[in-house]
Amino acid sequence: MVTTTEITPKLQVKDLTIRYGSHTALSGVSLEVMPNEIFSIIGPANAGKTSFLKVLNRMDTFNSEMKYDGKIFFNGLDTRHLRNHYALRRRIGVVFPLPVGLPMTVYENVALSPRLRGINNKAELDVIVERCLQRAALWDEVKDRLDSLGSLLSGGQQQRLTIARALSQEPELLVLDEFSIAVDPVTTMRIEEVLKELKEEMTIILVTNLVQQARRLADRTAFFLNGECVEMGITEALFSGEAKDQRTIDYIEGRFG
Amino acid sequence: MTTQSNQLASFDQRDKEWYIDKAIQIIVFMSGISAILFVVGIFAFVTMEGFGFLLKDFSISEFLLSPWWEPTDEDEPTYGILALVAGTASVTGLAMLVAVPFSLGAAIYIGEFASGKKREYLKILIELLAAIPSVVWGFIGLTIMNPLIIAVFDVPVGLNVLNAGIILGLMAAPIMTSIAEDALKAVPDRYREAAEALGATRWQVIYKTVLPAAKNGLLGAVLLGVGRGFGETMAVLMATGHAINIPGSVFDPVRALTATIAAELGETAVGSTHYEALFTIGIFLFLITFIINLTADLIVRGIRKQ
Ligand SMILES: Nc1ncnc2c1ncn2[C@@H]1O[C@H](COP(=O)(O)OP(=O)(O)OP(=O)(O)O)[C@@H](O)[C@H]1O
Ligand SMILES: [Mg+2]
Repeated sequence: MVTTTEITPKLQVKDLTIRYGSHTALSGVSLEVMPNEIFSIIGPANAGKTSFLKVLNRMDTFNSEMKYDGKIFFNGLDTRHLRNHYALRRRIGVVFPLPVGLPMTVYENVALSPRLRGINNKAELDVIVERCLQRAALWDEVKDRLDSLGSLLSGGQQQRLTIARALSQEPELLVLDEFSIAVDPVTTMRIEEVLKELKEEMTIILVTNLVQQARRLADRTAFFLNGECVEMGITEALFSGEAKDQRTIDYIEGRFG
Repeated sequence: MTTQSNQLASFDQRDKEWYIDKAIQIIVFMSGISAILFVVGIFAFVTMEGFGFLLKDFSISEFLLSPWWEPTDEDEPTYGILALVAGTASVTGLAMLVAVPFSLGAAIYIGEFASGKKREYLKILIELLAAIPSVVWGFIGLTIMNPLIIAVFDVPVGLNVLNAGIILGLMAAPIMTSIAEDALKAVPDRYREAAEALGATRWQVIYKTVLPAAKNGLLGAVLLGVGRGFGETMAVLMATGHAINIPGSVFDPVRALTATIAAELGETAVGSTHYEALFTIGIFLFLITFIINLTADLIVRGIRKQ
């Protein structure tokens, strides 16, 4: 694949290896994600997908066991020896596979990140909160209970709350880890529509268990298996029989494990 | 057919497991009940001992509003606890001013910043501090704090509200730290990670997420400290100066409710008015502690309901 040299990739990963203690979760992965692209990662459990996402915004610092080798560039900047992790994290929105409604009101959950950026004007916050909840397809359900605790919403609602919270960061890179795991199919489709629109504004990395979701949304797709990146390419090409590796074909066609 | 009727029979038959279960339920129930009975029994005893006084010489306005506690006055004994309440309240108040920042700070450091070995050692150290007997604290008040206060503030006596407040604060801080740290630990890590992923700094995570999530437990820790302040006797007896006085400054000596009972009960004749009046102070302490605990409970419940 030829990358145009003028555009700096949003994300550049070179020879990334991730270890937990002596256990290797991911080895030798290199890839690039271009601005305003939806890049999806598919693969079965234990593939190392979540581990991969964790190092992108340096969440590896939470876990003293977790170490990585290789280089990661965000906007061309090496993220290993950052002076300020917090600034990097503010620019990357992350949606975890298990929803975490923070123990504050629905409103505050979404207003937290803007507040951290220094936005304290109520009217301004109101606008951001409503827009983000709209986009996460949650507004209609919670607009009358913005003052109730976020951690008391249903699982699927909390999942969309975390999406709204990630959007409230106005991130350059949005990272979603199996977001549809706790969300019903209809809502999933609504969020997928929103992701297609968001692509105009940001870059999206989508880890998904639903192979068809990758096909519907992603420009390019990578297939991870047991800590390796087996294959990577234009999504449509991979799905229309141009995949080179037999394991990719098997996985895409659902003939796996 | 037979298996079915066998099964029916076994549903209708109490076996060994059923009886063991029942027996354990009864034993647990009895021990639970006996704890309650003890408390009620003690309350009944204290009330009965103080009852004579309540019936005869007791005047509620004198008791609560008079600053004169002169039970041994030959002509006209007075039984006012206002000064004693002021003594206890001022010492406890100062103790909380000392203990709350210390223990919250320590709990946040241990729970949120220290890691690995350092954390474990600190926790052991805190537990050790919490186990120091109160008479030792009183001793420290007498022999270290007293001359220190005299030297630093240039006052004639160093046994006063300041001394007792600091001693009591230091004494309450370890247990408050321990409970506050438990409260912080009870906040799930996923909240911290979610907040950090938003780009919140460590302090923002603590301030915006961890402390609000732990506020019930933290409040519990503080109220436990207050309860401890009201109930503490020995250290307070030794460090306050034990002089009946409504304090005008932290350098005034005072006397605490508990210390009064401890110091005087041995010298009174059982059944005398003085003896009964001391028990009435006991009832009063009982009620105060009860009210503190009840408010704590209601506040915590109220918070939980939101
Ligand atoms: N916190 C951790 N400590 C130790 N090992 C871990 C940790 N998290 C993940 N691993 C290991 O890393 C490997 C990859 O896990 P990872 O969560 O990245 O897989 P995944 O592709 O996201 O799987 P899934 O589809 O089930 O979410 C696994 O072998 C797992 O045991
Ligand atoms: Mg995963």
